[in-house]
Amino acid sequence: MTAPAELTVAPGAPPEAYLEVRDLRIHFPTDDGLVRSVDGLSFQLDRGRTLGIVGESGSGKSVTSLGILGLHNRRNARVSGQIWLDGQELVGASPETVRRLRGKTMAMIFQDPLSALNPYYTVGDQIIEAYRIHHQVSKPAARRHAIDLLDRVGIPQPARRVDDYPHQFSGGMRQRAMIAMSLSCDPELLIADEPTTALDVTVQAQILDLMRDLQEEFNSALILITHDLGVVAELADDVLVMYGGRCVEQGAAETVFNAAQHPYTWGLLGSMPRLDRDVRTRLLPIQGTPPSLITPPPGCVFHPRCPYAERDGIPCRTEVPELVPAESGHQVACHLPPAQRREIFTAEIAPKL
Amino acid sequence: MAGPGPRPGRPSRPDIVVTYLGRRLIGAVLMLLVVSMVTFAIFFVVPLVAGGSSENLAARYVGRTAGSEEVADTAERLGFNDPLPVQYGRWLKGIVAGDEYDLGPSVERCPAPCFGYSFINRSPVWPELLDRLPVTLSLVVGAATIWLLAGVSIGVLSALRRGSVFDRAAMGVALGGVSLPIFFTGLLSLVIFSYGLGWTAPGSSFTPLLENPAQWAYNLILPWVTLAFLFAAIYARLTRAGMLETMSEDYIRTARAKGLPERRVVMKHGLRGALTPIVTIFGLDVSLLMGGAVLTESTFSLPGLGKYAIDAITTNDLPKVMGVTMLTAFFVVFANLIVDIVYGVVDPRVRLG
Ligand SMILES: Nc1ncnc2c1ncn2[C@@H]1O[C@H](COP(=O)(O)OP(=O)(O)OP(=O)(O)O)[C@@H](O)[C@H]1O
Ligand code: SF4
Ligand SMILES: [Mg+2]
Repeated sequence: MTAPAELTVAPGAPPEAYLEVRDLRIHFPTDDGLVRSVDGLSFQLDRGRTLGIVGESGSGKSVTSLGILGLHNRRNARVSGQIWLDGQELVGASPETVRRLRGKTMAMIFQDPLSALNPYYTVGDQIIEAYRIHHQVSKPAARRHAIDLLDRVGIPQPARRVDDYPHQFSGGMRQRAMIAMSLSCDPELLIADEPTTALDVTVQAQILDLMRDLQEEFNSALILITHDLGVVAELADDVLVMYGGRCVEQGAAETVFNAAQHPYTWGLLGSMPRLDRDVRTRLLPIQGTPPSLITPPPGCVFHPRCPYAERDGIPCRTEVPELVPAESGHQVACHLPPAQRREIFTAEIAPKL
Repeated sequence: MAGPGPRPGRPSRPDIVVTYLGRRLIGAVLMLLVVSMVTFAIFFVVPLVAGGSSENLAARYVGRTAGSEEVADTAERLGFNDPLPVQYGRWLKGIVAGDEYDLGPSVERCPAPCFGYSFINRSPVWPELLDRLPVTLSLVVGAATIWLLAGVSIGVLSALRRGSVFDRAAMGVALGGVSLPIFFTGLLSLVIFSYGLGWTAPGSSFTPLLENPAQWAYNLILPWVTLAFLFAAIYARLTRAGMLETMSEDYIRTARAKGLPERRVVMKHGLRGALTPIVTIFGLDVSLLMGGAVLTESTFSLPGLGKYAIDAITTNDLPKVMGVTMLTAFFVVFANLIVDIVYGVVDPRVRLG
């Protein structure tokens, strides 16, 4: 990679987890300035586990996932840091090496299955292509495999539907086909970028059920990207909360939901729709607008929107809070003292949820 | 494919295709009838409306030297005094069954398909058209092959290396190609390559392909390249625009996420969408040129249909002009039919029916 040397962290200790992302930075030089879409992100994920990445629009979730798959154009993106997949480092690897892993070892499910499938080829052709690019098999064998997969993801009459074009499928079926395609080579890492956002609610639930079942069956590592905390609560073992290209809070799903420690996470929890409340009162969107990624606010990126900024003289506007271990095994980047965070959560936040 | 028969409630694909083709064919025939009426109207009715009499008309056919009595006589014998529908019917019948022209001293046969009879040459038009057709066909097929290959490949490369030196140079030349008239580029290339360097034939000769293929190509290479230059420029710009659009589609990202090599992503997934609109334009361009690449044929003195039409216009030989016009109309209607059918094959979203 052409990344400046000072941005690249020394290799350090060998990775322990199946997927280990270390200090990942993805910057885009543009006419307006350098867009720091991802700025120092680190996390780990093991096979059989699900990591939910949540955050508002523009927080860098998709850029991160495309970065892991090596899908950024090297001409307009600067990627640095390390991505260890099963002991192999990907940021410094050759494009050809990463290409061979793509679709085979790591696969992706995109948000909008209508635009993500090529309208000019049948669903079957596209699944067959995904399989044959990594396996030396005959077309009929690949076709049988495709029909199998379509069956597995719950497409009725798969032997016939395999010859349909994407526009002949309903939205939910297209997403099932997309999932079938991503599963065609039994990937060990599966990244789903808002897999249900484009679908209506009943279909959403079906797709999530399907993904849960398939993950158990394949024992893959799953990264589930969403801005819907409800989805995360259903599926994720761990949660990573992103804000302005950084991680602000990270930990086991249970702890993050039941003892959130970061003011931004509190805001997200407050804006989570709940069925037992009236539509108007249940949504408490976070005040303010997302931060600029070109000239982010100094100090804590969240400070312009944070109700607790500078409380009791903490240096929110000047010092960047580090992501540090908090109690119950999660990590938080906030200047508020832990005791105070716990107090605010129990006294002010939890009752409103 | 292995699909076990038609789905209940939906007609099977072959049935749809047959009805679609049938409908298109009927449409094409109707279109030809309409076009023939319009052509007939232009050549027979408009001069009358503009104040001409059937004698004026007849005068054009027999030549200006004839006396007025003779002209009136001719008008009567050729049926110019009959009601218009009768004249149109006779003209149409001539195409199907042939016609006879009573010229006084002799009665001339015009065998089917009678596309008119030139009184100046005392010969039916159709055999002359047939004579000229191979020239135009050779010119157009050769040029079309060159411009399609050159235009599309340059367009693809330009799009992939957008902003590069190659892109700028190619688009600069293309702009020139679009804006320079063919008689200019034609004469320029004649001066340079033919009279100057002596590499190519100076035109005005045509050798049938079957007689001597090498000579055929040698005589045509300069007109081919000149005509192709103009169109290649247009096609390069169209392809570039189309490729830039399709390469930013979500399904391209999906194709990359599958692990396809970039070459395959471009050639299979990118080009397909970009070529679809080009199919339409190509069909129409070729069919229009088939009616006579007037400027190219005049510049290089090629005895094709375009040259024939120009010569007929200068000698005021209306039946010939009308014959070429009808033939052009036929080519255009036919090309439309082909384009429609090809479109149904190329773009699966086009609903047949
Ligand atoms: N190629 C690029 N050039 C410049 N900026 C980019 C590029 N790609 C993404 N960005 C910017 O990076 C930021 C993060 O985008 P990203 O798509 O990751 O957000 P997201 O978290 O996935 O949001 P959403 O929930 O809307 O999908 C955005 O502000 C976007 O404008
Ligand atoms: S560091 Fe300060 S501004 Fe940032 S989240 Fe904590 S309290 Fe709010
Ligand atoms: Mg996104």
